[in-house]
Amino acid sequence: MTVDNLINWFPFGTEWPVLTFVTAVIICALPVFLFIAVYALVAIYAELKISSFMQDKVGPMGQGVGLHAWKFGILQPVADALKLILKEDIIPDLADKKLFVMAPFIVFVGAFISFAALPFGQNIIIADMNIGIFYILAVGSLSVIGIILAGWSSNNKWSLYGGMRSAAQIISYEIPAGLSIISIVMLTGTLSMQGIIEFQSGTIWGVLPNWIIFNNPFSFIAFFIFFISGVAECNRTPFDIPEAESELVAGAFTEYSGMRYAFFFLSEYAEMFVISAIAVTAFLGGWNSPISGFMNSSGWGVFWFMLKSLSLIFLMIWFRWTLPRLRVDQLMSICWKVFLPFSLVNIFGVGIWSLLVG
Amino acid sequence: MGVIHGDLMTLNIGPQHPSTHGVLRLKVKTDGEIISEVEPIIGYLHRCFEKHCENVTYDQVIPYTDRCDYIASMNNNFGYAVTIEALMEIKVPERVEYIRIIVAELNRIASHLLALGTYGLDVGAFTPFLYMFRDRERILDLFETLCGARLLYNYIWVGGLSHDLPRDFVESVFSFLDYFEPKIEEYNELLTYNKIFIERTADIGVLPPEVAISFGVTGPNLRGSGVKWDIRKDDPYSIYDKFDYDIPIGAGEMGTVGDCWDRYYVRMVEMKESAKIIRQALKGLPAGDVHQALPKKIRPPKGSIYKRTESPRGDLAYYIVSDGSPIPYRLKMRSPAFTALSVLGEISQGWMMSDVIAILGSLDIVLGEIDR
Repeated sequence: MTVDNLINWFPFGTEWPVLTFVTAVIICALPVFLFIAVYALVAIYAELKISSFMQDKVGPMGQGVGLHAWKFGILQPVADALKLILKEDIIPDLADKKLFVMAPFIVFVGAFISFAALPFGQNIIIADMNIGIFYILAVGSLSVIGIILAGWSSNNKWSLYGGMRSAAQIISYEIPAGLSIISIVMLTGTLSMQGIIEFQSGTIWGVLPNWIIFNNPFSFIAFFIFFISGVAECNRTPFDIPEAESELVAGAFTEYSGMRYAFFFLSEYAEMFVISAIAVTAFLGGWNSPISGFMNSSGWGVFWFMLKSLSLIFLMIWFRWTLPRLRVDQLMSICWKVFLPFSLVNIFGVGIWSLLVG
Repeated sequence: MGVIHGDLMTLNIGPQHPSTHGVLRLKVKTDGEIISEVEPIIGYLHRCFEKHCENVTYDQVIPYTDRCDYIASMNNNFGYAVTIEALMEIKVPERVEYIRIIVAELNRIASHLLALGTYGLDVGAFTPFLYMFRDRERILDLFETLCGARLLYNYIWVGGLSHDLPRDFVESVFSFLDYFEPKIEEYNELLTYNKIFIERTADIGVLPPEVAISFGVTGPNLRGSGVKWDIRKDDPYSIYDKFDYDIPIGAGEMGTVGDCWDRYYVRMVEMKESAKIIRQALKGLPAGDVHQALPKKIRPPKGSIYKRTESPRGDLAYYIVSDGSPIPYRLKMRSPAFTALSVLGEISQGWMMSDVIAILGSLDIVLGEIDR
C-alpha cells in the first residue's frame, strides 16, 4: 500500500492530479495517526505495568463500583489522555505565544512524518522511497527544533535549560546514529528501507538469520551504537537530561499543560517507535522471520516487525526504570569520545570487510 | 584550554522544586551549566519550636520534638528524654533503655532508607526509591503496632515510654531484620555499584575533613569525610556502650574521601550496623515495667544542661535552662541538618547544575529540623 499505488489506482488521477495526491496522502495519514494514538495508549499502559512489575507494586488496577479504569486498569491511559485533553490550556503571559503554540506540533510532526517510510510489512509501507532511511534521519531531527522553540518561548529559566540541553544532546547523538546507518548503507548498497530488509532475507550458514547485526563484527557494534544513540535522541532515561525531573522540574515542557503537553508525550512515544523500527529494519531483519521459512508470509511480516519493534521498546522501558541519569557533560563525552570514534572505525571496518569477505 | 565566562544568571531552585527535600530555596548563580555561587535560603517551614517549648510543660515538649526531624522522630524523642533525665538525674529501668535503643535504631534504618531512596531519585533512578520505601514501610508498620503512629510517635517519654512493647513485637522485629539484611545487597547491586551512579557521585562535592569540622558538620556527612566521630561511641549515652558495632567511615572507595558516594555509602553500611545493634538488644531485652520511673511531675532543679545524642543526621543536642518551674525557661535544639546545609555553598561551587542537586541530596537534610 504505497502512496504511488493509491494514486495510480484512482480513476481520475490524470484529470485532477493535485486533488488525487492530497486525497491519497490523507488516506495514508489517517491510519498512521490512529496507529500512533493507539500504540501510545498501549505503550503507556505497558510502561505503567512493566514499571510496576519492576518496582514491586501493582500499577493501575480497576477497583470499586463503576468503570474505574476497568479490569487490570486497562482504561488508565485512556483516562489519562482524556484528562490531558480536558485540562485548561495555560499559556504564560510573558511567553512568546506563537512559538509556544507551534512548538508541540513541530515536535509531533517530526515524529509523525517519519512513519511514512517505515516498512511495516512486505507491501505495507506508505512511501517506499529510494532514499527512505535518509529521509527518516532527516525529518527525525525536526523535533529538536520544536523542543528548542518550546524551551525558548516559555520564558522560563528551567525551560531554557531544558531546550539548550536537548539541542546539544539530540544533535550530537544524531552523528553516531547516522554514521552507524552509513555502514549499513555501505553493506547493502541501498538507501531504500525495503531494499535493506530484502538484503537480510535467508540465513548465514543455514543457522543464523541473515540479519545485518550478525553479518560482521562491525555491524554488531554498529547496532549498539545506533540503538543507544537512538535512546538518547528520544530523551529517555538514562539520557533524559532535557527533562531531568529532579533538576529541571520538567525541562522544556515545564510551562506546558493539557493538550499541548499531551502532544509532547505522544511524540516521545512515537519517536521511540521510529527509533526501534529503524533499528529493526537496519539491523534485525525488518519483517523477516527469525527462523528462515517459518511464518514468513507477508501477513506474518507485520507480526514480526511489530514484535521486534516492541521488544526494543520494552528494552527502552527497562532502561528507564533501572538506570540513573547521566550528567550533561558525561553524556556529551560519551557521544564525542566513544561513540563517534567507534562509528568511524566501524565505517572503515565494514568497508574492508565487504572488500575482503563480501 | 581557555575558559570563557559569560554573564551570570540567577536561578531560584525552590522553594517549590522536586529535589530540594522540602521547602528550601537555593539562590544559585549560574554560568551556563556551571554553578558559581549557591546561597541556601531557609525559614519557609519555621514553626517557632523553641518559643513553643517555653510555653508548655516539659512532657508536652515531646510531641514538638517529633515534628522537628519528622523522618526520625524516635531519635528526637530519645535525645530530649535523655537530656531531661540527665538534668533530673533519673535512672530509667534497664528494659526501657533496651527498647529505646531498639526503636531508635529501627528509626535510623527508616531514616537512612528514605535518605538513600530519595538520593536515587535525585540522580534519576526511580526504582531504588520504591524498593527502599517498600522496606521502610515495614518499619513504619512495626511502629504502628508499637504506639499507633506511623510518623510522629511521641513514644519515648521522660523516665520511660508511652507503652510497653506489644505482643510478638520482638519476633516481628527479628523477622523484619531477617528480611531486611539481604535487601541491602539488592540496593547495592541496583544502585550503589551502578556505573552511572558512580559516575554521578564519585569525586563530586568533596567535603574535606577539616572543612567539615570547621563547619560543625556531624553524623554520616562527617563520617563520609573519613572522620571517625559518633556520639554513640565517643560520648556514650543510654547503654550504647554495651553493644558491639562498628562506625563506618568514608574510604574514598570510588573516588576521593568525602565525596557524595562516600556519604551515601556510609549510610548504607550504617543500616547494617544498626541491624546488628537491634539484634543484640533484642537478645538481651530484660523484663520489667516501663512506667516505673515515670516522674509524677517533671520539675527539674534550677540549672542548665547541654546533652548531645546521635540522630540519623548527626549530633542532635538539646540545651535546656531550667528555673525550677514545670516549664522550660529556655530550650535550644542543635540541628545537625542545619550545619550540614551550611556547608553546601562551600562544596558546590564550580560544579554543574546536576551536581548541586546530587550534593544537596547527599547531605540528607530535613527542612523540618533546619527551620524548626
